[in-house]
Amino acid sequence: MPSEQNYKLVVLVKQVPDTHNVTSDAMKEDGTMNRAVLPAIFNPEDLNALEMALAFKERYGGEVTVLTMGPSKAAEVLRESLYRGADRVVLITDRKFAGADTLATSYTLKSAVEKLGAFDVVFCGRQAIDGDTAQVGPQTAEKLGIPQITYAESIVELSGGEIVVQRALDRGMEMVKCSLPCLLTVVASANRPRPASARKRIEYKLAATPFEYQDVLEKWPEFETVEALEAYLAERSLQIPVWSAADLDVEEDKLGLEGSPTQVYKINFVVLETRDSKEVSPTQEGVETLVQELVQEYVVG
Amino acid sequence: MTDTKNIWVFIEQDEGQIADVSLELLAKAQELAGSLGGEVCALLCGHDVDELAQTAISHGAGRVLLIDHPELALYRSLPYARAVTDLVRDRRPYICLFGATSVGRDLAPRVASAARVGLTADCTDLQIGDYNSKKDKQLYKDLLYQIRPAFGGNIIATIVNPRTRPQMATVREGVMRLQPPDDTREGVIERIEPVIEDQDLVLQVLSRQVRQSTVHLKDSPIVVAGGAGASCKEDFELIRELAHVLGGEVGASRAAVDAGFISPEHQVGQTGITVRPRLYIAAGISGAIQHRAGMDQSNKIIAINTDPNAPIFQVAHYKIVGDLAEVIPLLISALREKAK
Ligand SMILES: Cc1cc2nc3c(=O)[nH]c(=O)nc-3n(C[C@H](O)[C@H](O)[C@H](O)COP(=O)(O)OP(=O)(O)OC[C@H]3O[C@@H](n4cnc5c(N)ncnc54)[C@H](O)[C@@H]3O)c2cc1C
Repeated sequence: MPSEQNYKLVVLVKQVPDTHNVTSDAMKEDGTMNRAVLPAIFNPEDLNALEMALAFKERYGGEVTVLTMGPSKAAEVLRESLYRGADRVVLITDRKFAGADTLATSYTLKSAVEKLGAFDVVFCGRQAIDGDTAQVGPQTAEKLGIPQITYAESIVELSGGEIVVQRALDRGMEMVKCSLPCLLTVVASANRPRPASARKRIEYKLAATPFEYQDVLEKWPEFETVEALEAYLAERSLQIPVWSAADLDVEEDKLGLEGSPTQVYKINFVVLETRDSKEVSPTQEGVETLVQELVQEYVVG
Repeated sequence: MTDTKNIWVFIEQDEGQIADVSLELLAKAQELAGSLGGEVCALLCGHDVDELAQTAISHGAGRVLLIDHPELALYRSLPYARAVTDLVRDRRPYICLFGATSVGRDLAPRVASAARVGLTADCTDLQIGDYNSKKDKQLYKDLLYQIRPAFGGNIIATIVNPRTRPQMATVREGVMRLQPPDDTREGVIERIEPVIEDQDLVLQVLSRQVRQSTVHLKDSPIVVAGGAGASCKEDFELIRELAHVLGGEVGASRAAVDAGFISPEHQVGQTGITVRPRLYIAAGISGAIQHRAGMDQSNKIIAINTDPNAPIFQVAHYKIVGDLAEVIPLLISALREKAK
């Protein structure tokens, strides 16, 4: 048995619109996204990253901190993390972060990870379903000056400050060994994320950021005042801390839109030119005629 | 910033074999260089890979930057990122392109971060054009338009990096067309000595198992693709059977891959493979833009869908409104009948 150690594990997660279930009413006429009708979900592979961190903690000891950068509503994924076993969560939010591309995002995340202090392993999902870029993990690793292990599928072993990880590649797999600290990006096939625990759901039901105190008060009028609620939450460690740009050691011109080298030049609404298509009836006769035509035109041999 | 408008293509190689996507990018780079007037450079990293330099030249590189080092024999993020970043910083090419493979998607972001430049993933088209920035009140000439579907679909975004160099992008296999090699082409081979530090060697590869891909989607003249409309594995078997009868390959939408009907190597689209077969059959696929991006150049398209308004019908040459579980068996027997 490895001796229990206090490994510092950090998980970076994102709340995303559920683009896997985009319906046509999610699109506005001008071609922009009506985010309001899309449910916001925990980015799927970030759940795999959280699961890998929690399993790491159970196996080798440690503490799991979950960070997310996003609007105040993103506190939802932090509560979801607490329900699954995270020890500590932080919301990183500021108007100044808005419009960030992957370079500015990774700069902000790097600064937040550094603010936490020493760490051993950073876990990210391989990619977020709203952009599929898979860039934030490697870029955060580069900015932290640590090695990255992308496409991590399982942690095989940890000993003597070195981790052995199996990676899932396009066409096969690779086993690598790396010293800590390092950053892992985790793929969907890595594990089956645990569901929220019923007990923790009750325990963290009231966990909230200051932005949410008003909503909590409306739901639980017995607290009467914000101060009373705050005192109650503070006593039970249920306050979700919020860091803004001012809390991080950052240069402002590297944040958000300003710090993003990529710019959107234009957005085109896709107008499909309908092809002249032949309607084929879904009957034996229709299909036979189609096959004959394809044979005549040498499309099928 | 220099005025030369050179285009670099990262040449991905594994055990002496260049990835197709790198050669496809060389062809595209040549086309882009035509309107820019710069040189196409192949960035070839590895150990004992001299022979590959000529392949890169035959496929369009005017210059090969050959970075040879024993520590580069197998791909690893840190030594590769070090070697590529140093050279990129030193020479500041105008454009730098990578295949969106598990290597390219590991390396390109690390290099972009270190060089502090923008990077666009999974482009479905690249063009050269001007950009009038409202933000800087400045006209930028001859930028790289990095074109990709964005945010859930129905939108095509053109992304630019007006101020940082190089302008970096990744592109999936099959998006750009491979051109036949021309062995009479000549080019310069320039050897570069990389400086690799101890701290770049903290990761060791213990073992590797790489399969030769048995999926030949890109080259197959006939592709039969299934989507979420195949509601179970048995339905998906019908797709396979039809592909078999036609002597074609099996393709899939991402929804079908996500559902576990088939492995990701079969995914067609922006984040899968782009195909241009003689015949593409899409069964139970709605036709999201990310899927269409990978198949709408096919010669003949047959779509089978229960929903008469499915967007896939708009790119189809033959439209069959019906249940794939009924239509495909009819197709299979009609084809078998014909073969008799
Ligand atoms: C950044 C990003 C990248 C992406 N990259 C890709 C990519 O590379 N490739 C890709 O495919 N997708 C990609 N997607 C996902 C894409 O947006 C769609 O979600 C996906 O293509 C939908 O797959 P589908 O058509 O199989 O499923 P659905 O959209 O669910 O469509 C199923 C279709 O089946 C029909 N149907 C149902 N039952 C039957 C039946 N019995 N018989 C016949 N028809 C039936 C339905 O009418 C419907 O049209 C990407 C998305 C994002 C955000």
